[in-house]
Amino acid sequence: MTVVEESPRQDIPGVPVRIGQARGGPPRSQVLRRDNWRLQPILVAAGLLVFIGYSTWAALRNGDFYAGHLGRDYLSPYYSPCLTHSCTTAGYVWGGWSWWRISPAWLILVFPGAFRTTCYYYRKSYYRSFWLSPPACAVADAGSTNPGGVRSRYTGETLFPLILQNVHRFTWYFAVIFAGILTWDAIAAFRFPNGIGLGVGTLLFVAQAVLIWAYTLGCHACRHLCGGGLKRLSKAPVRHFFWKHVSTPLNHHHQLFAWCSLISIMVTDLYVWLVASGTIHDPRII
Amino acid sequence: MSVPTEPRTAGAVAGNGTAGAGAPAPHGTSATADATGPRQLHLQLWRGDADGGGFVDYEVPALEGEVVLDVVHRIQAEHAPDLAVRWNCKAGKCGSCSAEINGKPRLMCMTRMSTLDTSQTITVSPMRAFPVMRDLVTDVSYNFVVAARIPPFTPGPPEPDGTYRMAQVDVDRGQEMRKCIECFLCQNVCHVIRDHEDNKPHYAGPRFFARLAELEMHPLDTLDRRRLVSEQLGLGLCNITKCCTEVCPEGIHITDNAIIPLKERVVDARYDPVAWLGRKLLRRPRPAPASAVAVDLPVARGAHDPTIDGRSDPAVLGRNGRRSDG
Amino acid sequence: MAELETHEFDVIIVGAGGAGLRAAIEAQATGARTAVVCKSLLGKAHTVMAEGGVAAALGNVWPEDNWQVHFRDTMRGGKMLNNWRMAQLHAQEAPARVLELEAWGALFDRTPDGRILQRDFGGHRYARLAHVGDRTGLELLRTVQQRSVGLGVQVFMECKIVSLVLDGSGAVAGAVGLWRETGKFVLFKARSIVLASGGVGKTWKFTSNSWESTGDGHALALWAGADLIDMECVQFHPTGMVWPPSARGILVTEGVRGDGGVLRNAEGRRFMFDYIPAFYAKETADSIEEADQWYDNKRDFRRPPELLPRDEVARSINAEVKAGRGSPHGGVFLDIASRRSADDIRRRLPSMYHQFKELADVDITADPMEVGPTCHYIMGGVRVDADTQATNVPGLFAAGEVAGGMHGSNRLGGNSLSDLLVFGRRAGQYAAEHALGLSAQPAVDLAGVDAVVADALSFFDHDGGENPYSVHQDLQDTMQSLVGIVRTESELVEADRRLGDLEARAAKVGVEGHRQFNPGWHLALDLRSMLAVARCTTLGAIERKESRGGHTRDDFPAADPDHFGKVNMVTRRADGAVTVHEEPLPQMPPELQALFEEAH
Ligand SMILES: Cc1cc2nc3c(=O)[nH]c(=O)nc-3n(C[C@H](O)[C@H](O)[C@H](O)COP(=O)(O)OP(=O)(O)OC[C@H]3O[C@@H](n4cnc5c(N)ncnc54)[C@H](O)[C@@H]3O)c2cc1C
Ligand code: SF4
Ligand code: SF4
Ligand code: FES
Ligand code: FES
Repeated sequence: MTVVEESPRQDIPGVPVRIGQARGGPPRSQVLRRDNWRLQPILVAAGLLVFIGYSTWAALRNGDFYAGHLGRDYLSPYYSPCLTHSCTTAGYVWGGWSWWRISPAWLILVFPGAFRTTCYYYRKSYYRSFWLSPPACAVADAGSTNPGGVRSRYTGETLFPLILQNVHRFTWYFAVIFAGILTWDAIAAFRFPNGIGLGVGTLLFVAQAVLIWAYTLGCHACRHLCGGGLKRLSKAPVRHFFWKHVSTPLNHHHQLFAWCSLISIMVTDLYVWLVASGTIHDPRII
Repeated sequence: MSVPTEPRTAGAVAGNGTAGAGAPAPHGTSATADATGPRQLHLQLWRGDADGGGFVDYEVPALEGEVVLDVVHRIQAEHAPDLAVRWNCKAGKCGSCSAEINGKPRLMCMTRMSTLDTSQTITVSPMRAFPVMRDLVTDVSYNFVVAARIPPFTPGPPEPDGTYRMAQVDVDRGQEMRKCIECFLCQNVCHVIRDHEDNKPHYAGPRFFARLAELEMHPLDTLDRRRLVSEQLGLGLCNITKCCTEVCPEGIHITDNAIIPLKERVVDARYDPVAWLGRKLLRRPRPAPASAVAVDLPVARGAHDPTIDGRSDPAVLGRNGRRSDG
Repeated sequence: MAELETHEFDVIIVGAGGAGLRAAIEAQATGARTAVVCKSLLGKAHTVMAEGGVAAALGNVWPEDNWQVHFRDTMRGGKMLNNWRMAQLHAQEAPARVLELEAWGALFDRTPDGRILQRDFGGHRYARLAHVGDRTGLELLRTVQQRSVGLGVQVFMECKIVSLVLDGSGAVAGAVGLWRETGKFVLFKARSIVLASGGVGKTWKFTSNSWESTGDGHALALWAGADLIDMECVQFHPTGMVWPPSARGILVTEGVRGDGGVLRNAEGRRFMFDYIPAFYAKETADSIEEADQWYDNKRDFRRPPELLPRDEVARSINAEVKAGRGSPHGGVFLDIASRRSADDIRRRLPSMYHQFKELADVDITADPMEVGPTCHYIMGGVRVDADTQATNVPGLFAAGEVAGGMHGSNRLGGNSLSDLLVFGRRAGQYAAEHALGLSAQPAVDLAGVDAVVADALSFFDHDGGENPYSVHQDLQDTMQSLVGIVRTESELVEADRRLGDLEARAAKVGVEGHRQFNPGWHLALDLRSMLAVARCTTLGAIERKESRGGHTRDDFPAADPDHFGKVNMVTRRADGAVTVHEEPLPQMPPELQALFEEAH
């Protein structure tokens, strides 16, 4: 990083407000919300845990991620791009790292992993569901009602490691590359031994690529790049067009696409595994 | 403290000293009556001040089409003339009547009773992030202090005819932020200060992030407030958990359209080596960096402002107000 | 009496609405030590509620527009009772005041070429209202608020001025305020005071005004010996919500009609065609076909009668309802749903859409709104010098809704916000000049101040006294039923009598509890102002034996141009009693007169 300075708090006069005195009102630990505010963080936590659990298993599997030997050019997203020798038959130009010993998924997962970890939406979801800061609106942060306790201080994203969230836009650059790779995989999924075809798996791959793009192009960093960072959008018609018609509308549904793309990755991998391991047969539609 | 800590049912006390013999029920047109007479509403209002207090029970008949503020007013007129509640317009336009209804930060005048479950007791409590002045009224002066720290709008020169030109697409984003009615519900719900008061001196809060974003996106403005907002106004403290957006009665997408764009701008200014290199190489002219306005005392103040005593000499009052005698 | 908190300033401004803050900006910039005192928080003043726009002959949409046309529209709208000089200054200076807001950060809606967009409003010949959707007042107030904070103007919030303080010579020396929060008193010593305290709506039962509009400024001026004029001219806005009861009175902006909304009675008839007065016949469409074409081609067609000035429309609605052709809840239907697409409605009238959805559960893109007249604005007010806004009390100035004269007997929509800016600025400037011209701070008689404080506290001693809320309700009922849209001598006299009773009751109301933020106490104090205003309005209404603009008499249904059209009704207080008398209206110079003779 270029210009990070020391703690932003030094030598800066705070605004003159009175703090540390009795504020009145109902006790701060008392939650007055009547609705089932626990439900959302629990569902989100459950969803994320399922994904993490599944991904760990998928990455450890290090096998049955490519169905080329069964006449289906299906490559699991966890193993794409195909780095190890096993996909070379399908014309992957970059494959063939026979010296690589452990699961290539780990190497690959770093990029989308970093992208999603620093994504503004996922940040919200795990700060709420795991860090309970806050668990729900108008519900006290975990630990905050215990003055002097471990979590009585809150520094947000100002200090290491969370200050690293600011790298999100760099992870986006890689995410675009990965979206391109998954698009290639979707195209490859149309390739059948005797020409072009369409299987159930093909549909999954296409859906996955579309959802990944919808998620990636709706990213806030992309929106900023498209024109969000300008003062006068009217002076940059092309960027304005992308800002207005692509990234902003997608951004409005960023949460939706975050989940849908996440699920589609798991489903696609699961499907590839089932096909590649011979458990099921991929029905060909056309 | 004259505040009852035991709940008492004021509505049930017949001939309560001040209920005013024969005071007509306001809007007494159309009580929703069933066989047993008008349905009763049960409310718990928080009463007291910064040093203590508690919920007090009230019971009033249900009337059709009312909002929470109407019911609070009826309690005030019939049972508790000294019940403090802040309001102005009763039309959701001024942002005075912020409170927490059943624990959710809302405008009292825009919360219809019919949207609440009136078979249960409804609680109305003051905003939690700010010290209570009395009953439902809180001391929101913090917000005015923060407002005064923001470097004001600084336009470039106008067109030759003395006017400014701006395209509608360029003002759209700013106009969304300017819908803000300063109800401070977002400030109230923001856990950065609601739960961690010690952040207050270094935190602008969502309302003012929206203001800063508006200035940064203003097509005419010439200042650069990006470092200011991250170094002094605590943008990094926000963890984009979106509660501000959830409560905003004006439906402003504070997090998505103000805070995150600001964070991205801060990345441009502070954390992006590519942008930094681009600036160095291309030597793009850069807007003047703004520093916070130093306020020696709040510009807008209420009665128990700590700085008010001994400050009656106007010489120290104005920030850059010119004085007649030089 | 314990030591009183005291502040000393050159200029004190009572009120932080558009007028007050614009005055503060100017006074501060002129070099005076300036402070603003307001009853509620900064930025909450009634001005935030203004919706439609601010009228200024910018000529962005219609290059033909200029100050002469605006001036003429204003005078005709006010039925020629306006102070011509104020109307002239207003029309001339409004464009500069609006442009200045832009230099302070306001974001008005734009024309395709990037200028300020203007919209049509009743009584304005051309599309003239600069606006931001339907929240123009908010934009205006926020802009002047941010500007004055930027300039370092001091603001004392939630502090009600209960009395002005005069020095021995009868000139302004300061004001006594009450901190609403602590219940303590504060003395502001000042060389000039600008009243900018807004309107009086809370004196009526159905009103679009906020709780602050209790006529404090009118009363403070009256008590200090200033003259009020034309207090009988009260504007009832034709379209307020009528249902549900708790929302009754809340405004439905005229922008709905400007953007295509039409009024219908229970039979579905566009009844406004039946009520076109001769005075406006020449410029008003007389068939539905013509009226509907106007929205797209304003040049060749005459405007629909729904856009007649407010007094005409309000009276027509009143008549329809009386004739039994009203809507279920005693209003008429305002229909935009059948005339514009849902998207259009949501985009152009977002806060109306929101308001009906939230408060009445009505979707205005699908169903018509029910509307009826609501008390909206007082044209009358403190008599001021047109150029300087000075009253007849030395050092006392008034601007905004509290000042009278500018709007004659009826105000055109959008002319208030421009009035605030134009005369707020002038008041600020001349108040500062007056203050800087004085050699010393005027002397304050502390004993008098103590008496004011003791008097305000006396309510706590009235053990078992009546509840102020019930007196307020009775006052509102009285004014609504007896001094409403249509008035008659007998009812007015009855109102005058009842006001006497109410005054006696108000003097004896008791207040419970503590001094901190006690709304009952504040209401008891506000009641005094409201009663003073009610009295002035009633007296003026009795004396003005004609119908003109916002003042309609059943027993004198016609205007009387030869006598009452040429006089102001002046109310003043002398020896404890309020009296009313006529004074001749200032006369326009011939070159302005000529504007009214030209054909158009
Ligand atoms: C719903 C609605 C819509 C409107 N729409 C339009 C429109 O589209 N166009 C237009 O031109 N006009 C419109 N108007 C009219 C216009 O908004 C008002 O006339 C105008 O805002 C009045 O401004 P003001 O500055 O005179 O006073 P206000 O904005 O009313 O402010 C009064 C100030 O005085 C303070 N105050 C009062 N008494 C005291 C006291 N005793 N001590 C201390 N402070 C005191 C208050 O706290 C407040 O700050 C509308 C009005 C309403 C109600
Ligand atoms: S998104 Fe940020 S500013 Fe908004 S409530 Fe959450 S932490 Fe506060
Ligand atoms: S941004 Fe929304 S929630 Fe925050 S103060 Fe403004 S209107 Fe209220
Ligand atoms: S991917 Fe979610 S914000 Fe960038
Ligand atoms: S009273 Fe104005 S927003 Fe509720």
